[in-house]
Amino acid sequence: MSRVNRPVSTRQAWWLLAGALAAALPLVQQVPVWLAAAAAAAFAWRAALTWRQWHLPPRWLLVLLVIAGTAGVVMQYRSIVGRTPGIALLVVFLALKLLELRAARDAIVTALLCYFLVLGQFLFTQTIPTALLSCLTVLITTATMLAASDDRPAPLLQLRRAALMLAQAMPFMLLLFILFPRVQGPLWGLPQDRYTATSGISETMSPGSIAQLSQSDAIAFRVQFAGQVPPQSQLYWRGPVMPAFDGRTWSIRQILAAYSELPYAVQGEPIDYDLTLEPNGKFWLFALEMPGSLPPDGALTSDYQPISRQIVRNRLRYTQRAYPASQAGIDESRAMLRESLALPSGGNPRTRALGAEWRNRHGDDGAAILATAQDFFNRQLLIYTLNPPLLGPDMVDEFLFESKRGFCEHFAAAFVYALRAAGVPARVVAGYQGGEVNPVDGYLEVRQYDAHAWTEAWIAGRGWVRIDPTAISAPSRINSNLAAAVPAGEALPFLARTDLAWVRELRYRLDAVTNGWNQWVLGYNPQKQRDFLSSLGFGEPDWRSMTAALAVLCGFVLLGLTAWVLRNRRRTDPAFAAWRRFTGRLAARGTVWRNWEGPLAFAERAAAASPAHATAIRDIAALYARLRYAPAPRREDLERLRRQVADFRP
Amino acid sequence: MLATLRHRINEAFMRWAVPVKPPEPSPIVLTQRRVYVLPTPAGLSYGTALIVILLGAMNYNLSLGHALVFLLAGLGVVTILHTFRNLALLEISPGRCDPVFAGGTAQFALVLENRRGDGRTSLRVYIGDGDPIEVDVGPQASTIALLPVPAVRRGWLRVPRITIETTWPLGLVRAWSYVVPDLNCLVYPAPAAKAPPLPWSGDSARGTSRDGRGADDFAGMRDHQPADSPRHVAWKTVARQHEGPLLTKLFSGAAAHQVWLDWDALPESGDAEGRLAILARWMLEAEAAGHSWGLSIPGLRLAPDNGASHLAAGLRALALFPHVTR
Repeated sequence: MSRVNRPVSTRQAWWLLAGALAAALPLVQQVPVWLAAAAAAAFAWRAALTWRQWHLPPRWLLVLLVIAGTAGVVMQYRSIVGRTPGIALLVVFLALKLLELRAARDAIVTALLCYFLVLGQFLFTQTIPTALLSCLTVLITTATMLAASDDRPAPLLQLRRAALMLAQAMPFMLLLFILFPRVQGPLWGLPQDRYTATSGISETMSPGSIAQLSQSDAIAFRVQFAGQVPPQSQLYWRGPVMPAFDGRTWSIRQILAAYSELPYAVQGEPIDYDLTLEPNGKFWLFALEMPGSLPPDGALTSDYQPISRQIVRNRLRYTQRAYPASQAGIDESRAMLRESLALPSGGNPRTRALGAEWRNRHGDDGAAILATAQDFFNRQLLIYTLNPPLLGPDMVDEFLFESKRGFCEHFAAAFVYALRAAGVPARVVAGYQGGEVNPVDGYLEVRQYDAHAWTEAWIAGRGWVRIDPTAISAPSRINSNLAAAVPAGEALPFLARTDLAWVRELRYRLDAVTNGWNQWVLGYNPQKQRDFLSSLGFGEPDWRSMTAALAVLCGFVLLGLTAWVLRNRRRTDPAFAAWRRFTGRLAARGTVWRNWEGPLAFAERAAAASPAHATAIRDIAALYARLRYAPAPRREDLERLRRQVADFRP
Repeated sequence: MLATLRHRINEAFMRWAVPVKPPEPSPIVLTQRRVYVLPTPAGLSYGTALIVILLGAMNYNLSLGHALVFLLAGLGVVTILHTFRNLALLEISPGRCDPVFAGGTAQFALVLENRRGDGRTSLRVYIGDGDPIEVDVGPQASTIALLPVPAVRRGWLRVPRITIETTWPLGLVRAWSYVVPDLNCLVYPAPAAKAPPLPWSGDSARGTSRDGRGADDFAGMRDHQPADSPRHVAWKTVARQHEGPLLTKLFSGAAAHQVWLDWDALPESGDAEGRLAILARWMLEAEAAGHSWGLSIPGLRLAPDNGASHLAAGLRALALFPHVTR
């Protein structure tokens, strides 16, 4: 059709360039440098084409450029599927489409590409600033579509109209967002590169691995307690349990769901909480020790580490219960105990000798050995620091007897090593310790710098007992936080510092907003949708009832919007309205005004029919005629007409 | 086969779509019932893009992706309303249509009246496959769209079905309506390219006029009327007074030259259309020369006269031949 083939005007070209810029700029960091430069060159070329009214580049050149761009992307990523290559390809297409604006159809395609790029942006980040930025992109792109249809209005007017239309679309968005039956992704296989940026506790622990995490203030998870927040010293968030040791690195045994029911009896007071876990790219689910319930779709490994059956790729919220006083593993298997005694052959002779000495002194009395070990750690005056010296092959000896400086992984490793040397089964437990309550929304925020490692020793009759060797030397790490425990002046993440009150205040507020955003916008998954709709009074929300409610509510919005949009702002002329009232009264008396009849002629006819009111009729008609036909009608006449018509009672 | 089926469906739709038997009484109000809305090809691409975005958002569990696609879906709904509103309740009445000669182009004037407080943008009006005329109608204003239709045959040319459509504001949906207003154009027969000279007949007009030149006395002046021949304008007077009305010289007595344009005077051999064409040409020539001319065709006789309205009457008689009865 002819209108689709209309050439793109200069104004439209500028609009399209603006839309493309708004869509591509936020992705600059995500595409390779050469592509960003090439896209910038294409945009500049487009600007020059529009500015100078040059001819468009020939088709063959564009085809060559598309091939070159695609080849570049393939060479860069060795693939064209997946998040980053896909986005890169879209940027290539968008940049080259701008050089091919021949008809209005190309303008639509360009606008659609811009919308796609907004989605592409969400693949990398979905924070509040991103959302605001993409609102701007959508606004500009929509104004571009408006301009593609009618390029005459000024840019501000186009933006205003786009904003109005988007505002009218908002109710639909809200309803659809809340009620559209959500499906848990992925629908098909996800490219591997989707989850590269997650950091957190890994399967292994070697010197320095947790200290490295302490430099990150990223949120690991947030917790909402049903009751009081327990004291800091009780907040041990159990993660990977590492019984295997190769002389330098501790590692987990195997990620295997061993128990889908609690393998131990719970006792003591329960603590109830909801935990919102950030994606960690692992199977880890964290739980307060000792877990008193299993999260949905979760399990415990044979050493009581809570795990998920799928890799945690999305933010996850689950309700949990903990029994801190529970005793687990009283009748632990021999194989497990044997494993928890294993030491590599050779190395660390002083610690081994120390263990043997404890063993000689206390024999099989694990509890006594444990007490001796704690006492020993206390007397060694070990220093808790983020910057321990590098250790050689006999790292436990070096730490305990020479440098005496270490981070929690050194403490835990040395403690377990010493206990094993003394014949007490022990293992390293990694996880998080503590957290910080955000006073704004009451959530406890656990960050990567709260990562910690502690130990468990098996004592006959008591099962696995938690001992935190760090707490022996640096109790403030456990009772308050990292910043309080490390020596002043050591590098800490900005947010871990506690000396700037206003920064903390601001940070609390930001975190509360972010948390609300995460919980309600980003975390609005099928589960959350069901819970929310149930709380609104939906009996058993399934896709049928949701679709029905959606249809009904959208129908209402549509009706309201239609009424508003189609409202007829035709105002009846006030003089004519008065005249209609007047003729209506006369019609009731039998003299009907015919709409082609002049007012004065009608007045004569009506006066003849009802002589008693002749004067009033003639006055009104004369007033009306004056208002209607006089060159400059006066306002007083309108008032008089109204009054006289109101008083007219034939 | 498929083409005929499509044609039939189209015809059935038309019978349903144009509710009144054409021509429709004016003003034609495009009520909600007769404005149709369907997505354009661009709208279909838009919908497809939305589905792809939704699938992507689902696959990657992107909450903001969902929000984006829902916002754009809402925008799609809103644009339907805006496009519909752009056309709905427009009032259309027939304008005038000046007569044309066959072979020319009739310009049908259509008055689009907007009674609403805000304007209507980018309305396209067209006939059949013709080029659309794009017009805007301001708030509480009216606009005239001139629709060209080739005039092929003499007689009354009724305006074909008119399509009026808009895809404003986003170009994603098209709202359209059909109207068949009561609008006709008179098509005069095309003047013959070659014609015999004006038929000055021996006994009558020509002789009289030549002898009667003395009787053609100047009898005064009056204000110029558009129908007066430019030959009778008092140009000298006009030249003397710089600003002032044109004046027409009046002559007493009969017009200087008088000619009868007679159907029967034409050779029998020519068919009716050929004769009409010659008569039309004669009329134009006589009028241009300022002669007074009369017309005689079967069933109609026009007394000799001259001027635009006389010419119009004569051409009208030719255009409607032979249906005219007086």
